[in-house]
Amino acid sequence: MLIALVMSGFVAALAAPALYHFFPRFAGRLCPLLPLALCACLLALVGQISAETPLLFSLPWIPSLGISFSLYLDGLGLLFALLVTGIGFLVFLYTPAYMGNDVRLGKLSGWLFAFMAAMLGTTLAGNLITLFVFWELTGLCSYLLIGFDHEQEESRRAALQALLVTGIGGLALLAGFILLGNISGTMELAELLGRGDAVRSHPLYLPALLLVLAGAFTKSAQFPFHFWLPAAMAAPTPVSAYLHSATMVKLGVFLLARMTPVLGGTDAWLYLVVVTGGITMLTGGVLALLRNDLKQILAWSTVSALGTLMLLLGIGSPVATTAAMVFLLVHALYKSSLFLAAGAVDHGAGTRDITRLGSLVKSMPWVAAGAGLAALSMAGLPPLAGFIAKELLYEAKLQAPLAPFLITTVGVVSNALAVAAGILAVWLPFFGRGGDPDLRPHRVEIGLWLPPLVPGLLGLGIGLFPAPVGQWLVAPAVAATRGEPALVNLALWHGFNPVLQLSLVTLGAGFALAALRGPLLRKLPEPGNRPVWGPEHLYGMLLSGLQGFSARLTLTLQSGRLRYYLMIVVGVTVVLVGFTFLTGSGELPSSLPRPDGGIHEWLTAIVILAAAVMATVTRSRLAAVAAIGTVGYGVALIYILFGAPDLAMTQFCIETLSIILFVLVLHRLPQFTLLSNRATRVRDLLVSLSIGGLMTLMVLMAVSRPLSSHISTWFLEQSLPAGHGRNVVNVILVDFRALDTLGEITVLAVAALGVYSLLKKRHKEES
Amino acid sequence: MRHLFLFLPLLIPLVTAVLGLLAWNKPRLQRMLGVCGTATLLASAAALLVTVLKEGIISAQAGNWPAPFGITLVADIFSALMVLAAGVMGLAVSIYSLADTDRHHESVGYYPLLQVLLLGVCGSFLTGDLFNLYVWFEVMLIASFVLLAMGGRREQMEGAIKYVALNLIASAFFLAGIGLLYGVVGTLNMADLAVRLRAVPHVGTVPVIAVLLFCAFSIKAAVFPFFFWLPASYHTAPVAVITIFSALLTKVGVYVLIRIFTLIFIQETSTGQPVILAATIFTMMAGALGATAQPELRRILTFCVVSQIGYMLMGLGIMTPLALAGSIFFMLHIIAAKSALFLSTGIVSRLTGTTELARLGGLYHKRPLLAALFLVPALSVAGIPPLSGFWGKLALIQAALGTGHYLTVTVALGVSILTLYYLVRAWSEIFWKKRQGTDNDEYHHVSPTHRRQMLVPTVLLASVSLLMGIAAEPVFRLSLLAARQLLDPGSYISAVLGVRP
Repeated sequence: MLIALVMSGFVAALAAPALYHFFPRFAGRLCPLLPLALCACLLALVGQISAETPLLFSLPWIPSLGISFSLYLDGLGLLFALLVTGIGFLVFLYTPAYMGNDVRLGKLSGWLFAFMAAMLGTTLAGNLITLFVFWELTGLCSYLLIGFDHEQEESRRAALQALLVTGIGGLALLAGFILLGNISGTMELAELLGRGDAVRSHPLYLPALLLVLAGAFTKSAQFPFHFWLPAAMAAPTPVSAYLHSATMVKLGVFLLARMTPVLGGTDAWLYLVVVTGGITMLTGGVLALLRNDLKQILAWSTVSALGTLMLLLGIGSPVATTAAMVFLLVHALYKSSLFLAAGAVDHGAGTRDITRLGSLVKSMPWVAAGAGLAALSMAGLPPLAGFIAKELLYEAKLQAPLAPFLITTVGVVSNALAVAAGILAVWLPFFGRGGDPDLRPHRVEIGLWLPPLVPGLLGLGIGLFPAPVGQWLVAPAVAATRGEPALVNLALWHGFNPVLQLSLVTLGAGFALAALRGPLLRKLPEPGNRPVWGPEHLYGMLLSGLQGFSARLTLTLQSGRLRYYLMIVVGVTVVLVGFTFLTGSGELPSSLPRPDGGIHEWLTAIVILAAAVMATVTRSRLAAVAAIGTVGYGVALIYILFGAPDLAMTQFCIETLSIILFVLVLHRLPQFTLLSNRATRVRDLLVSLSIGGLMTLMVLMAVSRPLSSHISTWFLEQSLPAGHGRNVVNVILVDFRALDTLGEITVLAVAALGVYSLLKKRHKEES
Repeated sequence: MRHLFLFLPLLIPLVTAVLGLLAWNKPRLQRMLGVCGTATLLASAAALLVTVLKEGIISAQAGNWPAPFGITLVADIFSALMVLAAGVMGLAVSIYSLADTDRHHESVGYYPLLQVLLLGVCGSFLTGDLFNLYVWFEVMLIASFVLLAMGGRREQMEGAIKYVALNLIASAFFLAGIGLLYGVVGTLNMADLAVRLRAVPHVGTVPVIAVLLFCAFSIKAAVFPFFFWLPASYHTAPVAVITIFSALLTKVGVYVLIRIFTLIFIQETSTGQPVILAATIFTMMAGALGATAQPELRRILTFCVVSQIGYMLMGLGIMTPLALAGSIFFMLHIIAAKSALFLSTGIVSRLTGTTELARLGGLYHKRPLLAALFLVPALSVAGIPPLSGFWGKLALIQAALGTGHYLTVTVALGVSILTLYYLVRAWSEIFWKKRQGTDNDEYHHVSPTHRRQMLVPTVLLASVSLLMGIAAEPVFRLSLLAARQLLDPGSYISAVLGVRP
């Protein structure tokens, strides 16, 4: 059943484009049914599963690599899967209305289905590798969806940026998972969750933790990797609502919750996660207020919320975990509502600029109702769910094991910033008096106003009746995260305690910030499109630096000059071989076998050497060819001296023929011109001497001991009786090793073919 | 019968080449011969693999002269897998060539040359004799040189000359190494060499020869810093030619490195581990950085070929069963995925008349299938799960982390992201970007027959990469079996010499 839950989305992804192509009218109504059905299935499971009795499914995938395809559904997975399918339902309802008659609707739906399936796979994965596979698939879907408007350069840039930032984290995560697997001896979640102590006491714990955190932080847009998320707003609004606020960006949070029983609870965990979360929370909150674009405000406030979630998981106490799970749910509800509302505003009014929007409540009352409820939840006002979440947040922060005062202060500030962001994103556009009179906002259809309204109402419902949610959804998730049974009693009213006082302070500060924002913004310099400092700037510099560096490096290495290539190849070989020589047993031949023949051997050697030198120094091509020929003839003489007249005859033939051919070609060409200077020539001399010297040394070493005659005696003995030939060399060539000869004949034939093809080409060009 | 299976992968291309030459002025017949010949080769390769799986390592003696005196042909799982890959690639490229080859190439023996190239490749995979290996290298070299130069354009000649000059250096080193080794050990049969060298600690000349041969094969395999010939020449050739070059030629180099250094020079492999891993690291980086710097698709892909060689060498550097299996799996993966990339590049170039990224664009809506055919293998090469490249990298990284090679892991992962960057950027430029100029919707006409002939092999190879990812188990199990055989040279030796040392 679990596998059907995950895989149905992939099937739908393949079917959706065809569906839209053949039944454009019904496709838009059919698509939301799948997430709705999945959501209903999951709801039916609520109450049946817990940390002790998770639903398991396992299939051997690559047994020889020890990898299985496992799924694992416990309270944590259930909470996330419900969010994925529930918000998925709203998004699928919304998308056809938002896109209108766009022909790309089928493709968009297909990718959204693939994304939903990948998300379900990640959240329900029961094996680290299974998890990683789906994790990367979500990133890929995100790339294709951010770049949906791919003719805009900005979209392509944002898509690639998101892919690279999360991709780097993904690779770190992979390494972390493999380390975890090596440490604990298992990749199966069900087994891994019970081996936390062994993992935490292992010397490789810290590297594994850092790698896993890198994966989680990039995916969940934590500082300093946060910048890809606001840029990803280039995607169509349904995509932003679904991927980049409600679900995919929460995967990092999910991962840390999932890994808490294995990796959590140490000082390293506490400091790293709390500090990163805190910085992100504050950065996102501040930057949200500096934006005028609705989606940008929402994106930055999402960054801030993700920081809050990280911080809570970093603290890791029971109340902090509860707060995290409640806030996760609440945030997904209000943020998806706000994004969907922003899309409706964009659709109805034609702009998302809050300085031009106002009084939208008249033209789109239902959207305003949904967004209003969501904003109240975001601000944490009773009786909305956001209030409960904020109370829990403050309670957790006040009890934090690390600098509770500082954390609480930062929390108050960032919540006040969230209040202000809510005012900006909802109050001003929908209920504010201002607005551009030229805008003529029109009413929007039900597909655009219902989806933002539903999560807003859900927020209200949960706020009024929090207990069942706490008991059935939050408690199992907390239990799964903490690895121990948890009791969660959610209530709207806790009395007039310090937490409530903090809430009041927050509200006041939020209103003040929203009021002060306008004057403050006018004082600040006009922000450009891209920041001139900060992580995003660094990313841009790194990328262009990489581009420049690789271009320079490649120009240096792949210079296009054969001479340098040869020099490097020969030089490196000489160094490597020479190094082996020197570090080896160093058996340099102490006494060389001296030529015993006398003067004629010496004379031959001198002729060969002199001719070789002549070939390199002469200015005349013909002389060079003649000198090379002399070398060859000298070598042939040596063959004769050592009793191999047949070889010598072959050599004479080849040398003569080559010289004739050379002369025929070369006599038309001018003399060599001296293009190189003295230093180059000295360098070339050194390179050639080094390789020549090395070869000489190797030959001397090889002949310093008696040559092994392992198989050669067999050839001598068997040539006549078995091969029926007295000429051993011939028998070897045509019989014992005939396959070699066949190959060499082929070489000659092909060479002839090559010459013919070149001549033919030349002939054709001339005629 | 099983001896026949060892000879068939040599006989079939040779006979097809000869028949092709006999049908000199009949291009239609040559084309048919090309497709039929490679299809038969593929079938015989499959039969060989089945035989090896059933009976273990098999060997045959050419001319029935007993080993180690004659020439031995040997097939274990690794070589049988590689011959199978050669068969698949031969068939794919032969079909693709039907649409892609121009008249001039056909009239000067393009199809027979392709067969000669396959002959050299299969010979290198199957031979058990070091000098015979040299001969097959020469066959490959001359066939590839003529294929490179036969277009006769200036840049092609320049590329071909660089190609042949550097490869001849490799041949010279190889030949010198063989000569010295024969002088020292007195045999050329690889199993016999292994026997005679495993008994004694390697001192004096043997390690030196090993290093010389390592350099020779590294040039063939385009390992850093010996890879210059590859980016200097590949991009000048027609797409079908580069595809088969990139799929098979460098792989022969890697195959031989793995074969020689797991069979003969085992002692040098463990002492030389830092050098091998350094070569791995620098090859990966140099190739990836080179590809990042290129503005033209074919150059990007040729540098990418270099970069991926590094991963294949990693297994040899780590030398555990998992690592070697990872290398073998990776080789099979990259042959399919990279070739699919090259072939779809060919289609792009055919449609638009260019491979300059700046002049491409707008194909996403017009040719969605092509967009997928480029994206899937690109992601596979970058190692995105669940495509084939991921599992190869996973095995290698798992092996490297398990043995504590953290630097290698870091570079391997970093190069992965770099690969993702330059390939996805290229994809986005070709398919997503708006095409510059007024003729936005104008593409060259491609006849339906040609379209089929180009699409079929591309789809085939892309789906191989996809299937090797989603259902990786069969291929990975084979790779693991092959790796275990490689790490147990005794079985190879006894299959050749008949006695277990």
